[in-house]
Amino acid sequence: MTDTTATPSATSGGQTYEPGTHPDLPSPVRTEGPIFWIQKNLLSSPLNVVLTVLGGLLIFFTIPPFLDWAIFDAAFTGESRKDCEAVASGACWAFIDERLHLFVYGFYPVDERWRVNLSFLLLAIALYFVLYDGAPYRKYGLWYAVAFPFIAGWLLVGDGAIVKSVTTDQFGGIMLTLVIGVTGIAFSLPLGILLALGRYSNLPAVKLLCVCFIEAIRGVPLITLLFVASTMLNYFLPPGTQFDLVLRVLIMVTLFSSAYIAEVIRGGLQAIPKGQFEAGDSLGLKYWSSMRLVVLPQALKISIPGIVNTFIGLFKDTTLVIVIGLLDPLGIGRASLADIKWGGLAEEMYVFIAIFFFICCFSMSRYSLYLEKKLHTGHKR
Amino acid sequence: MAAVEAEGAGVDTADQEDDIIKLINMHKWYGQFHVLKNINLFVRPGERIVICGPSGSGKSTLIRCINRLEEHQQGEIIVNGVELTNDLKNIDAIRREVGMVFQHFNLFPHLTVLQNLTLGPIWVRQVPKREAEETAMQYLERVKIPEQAAKYPGQLSGGQQQRVAIARSLCMNPKIMLFDEPTSALDPEMIKEVLDVMVGLAETGMTMLCVTHEMGFAKTVANRVIFMDMGEIIEENDPFEFFDNPQSDRTKLFLSQILHH
Repeated sequence: MTDTTATPSATSGGQTYEPGTHPDLPSPVRTEGPIFWIQKNLLSSPLNVVLTVLGGLLIFFTIPPFLDWAIFDAAFTGESRKDCEAVASGACWAFIDERLHLFVYGFYPVDERWRVNLSFLLLAIALYFVLYDGAPYRKYGLWYAVAFPFIAGWLLVGDGAIVKSVTTDQFGGIMLTLVIGVTGIAFSLPLGILLALGRYSNLPAVKLLCVCFIEAIRGVPLITLLFVASTMLNYFLPPGTQFDLVLRVLIMVTLFSSAYIAEVIRGGLQAIPKGQFEAGDSLGLKYWSSMRLVVLPQALKISIPGIVNTFIGLFKDTTLVIVIGLLDPLGIGRASLADIKWGGLAEEMYVFIAIFFFICCFSMSRYSLYLEKKLHTGHKR
Repeated sequence: MAAVEAEGAGVDTADQEDDIIKLINMHKWYGQFHVLKNINLFVRPGERIVICGPSGSGKSTLIRCINRLEEHQQGEIIVNGVELTNDLKNIDAIRREVGMVFQHFNLFPHLTVLQNLTLGPIWVRQVPKREAEETAMQYLERVKIPEQAAKYPGQLSGGQQQRVAIARSLCMNPKIMLFDEPTSALDPEMIKEVLDVMVGLAETGMTMLCVTHEMGFAKTVANRVIFMDMGEIIEENDPFEFFDNPQSDRTKLFLSQILHH
């Protein structure tokens, strides 16, 4: 910087360039690569170094013992807790193994379990079409996905004619969780969209109705709604009406999460610039076309994190049905603990259920990240 | 045609039968704020009108009333023979024939350029997709960016986006085009490419109403320049008379402010 010349960039790296001829030079300090990443994220300051060491210790003292317990010292076969303890000091997975059918099917009749398996398969196919936009014949696949909840409902409950009737009090376990979770997710999204549009609408009556509904539902804990579903609904319905308990729970869970979804989407709607509505109007698009083609695709994209957050919440809240006597995996597990043969293997049971929920929720979370990335069209810069 | 008189100026509608836009004694309020006062404006088919005036003078509001992005409270607006009322059918009929270009482009960011152009024709005019895409490509060639068809608006420069927005309106095959400060949000070096497209459009005989301060553009293509201030039309004249021989003091002051900076 001692020799001053006409242009400030005339000298760099000891080399002199005429104005307008300066080439792109490599940076003198590292700005990419794994070593840079470690320097920047793990060792950038003394405090950071301390935190890195503490983090490393935490991992060292927790992960290996857990792996020993869960895998290396675990017993996978056996007839009772004693068998497990005889061969291994860790987890006794034989317990889960023997009870697996209960965890998956609940009390669904053994001879009819193929129907549960078939609906799992149909669910997987529906998810494939909904989640993967490169699927062949996706248009028809999506129609199938719309029909899926009804097909699965028929398959699981039966009609007494083609397939035998199974009462819903025999539902339980993972199958019950999926019935409630999938139905809640599938129906609360469209309902939530309608509620959000209603609340965002210029029509005072529609708006008032939606606001009242959303606030009423959001103002009450889900557990209360479930109690209402299990007990009080009988008072409102004509006497003698047989209204299935699981169906009531499905309705309550759907309404509950649709109120949350509606608020999440309303946030997305508010983020859409007025100009987008005006551009749609000035092209002559009618309200529903404008919403469907212009506004909602953008609003929903913004709302993805919030929507998935609500879905994950809903999925985990399905465990609350235990309070009205339905046995989800957690309920089944707690009932299993009473078995004298396996007595007290609570850790194994809770870890197993935790892993199940974690896989489901983590998948939703990752898929939403993938979706956000895929829908990113470069207009936010 | 000198300065337009105030309230009650004699408006003879008899020989204005075939005017494509008629604004008769039109008023608009935002709440208590009287934003447009007794606007009388008659536009003949193929006429190109530039509207200018200081900010807040109501010029944007005026052209936004013509396709009902804003609602007027008094007087009549008749576009292409249809009167704008609360009747949604009339509003839709008018919006189909009136294209609009915005200051901030308002392209749909989640759709590609081609999808932006075909959305209106497919969903409003029920044109088959393939045909809509062919038309769209013709218009993209006319605004000189056919190679950007598959990109998203966020990947284009401001000038390119505004040209896409013009093409999007043209795809609806409108009879009238409204421009609301189409170059105000652009970097200086991009203004010309947009104005070139607009000049080209003017040469095809399109009816154009354009809110702009681009005086060169006004002189090149406008049949009439309208000067607005405080919600009124203060003066209207042919462009050369308007710039060289302004009548009212307010116009003179405005011109001196925009021409000497």
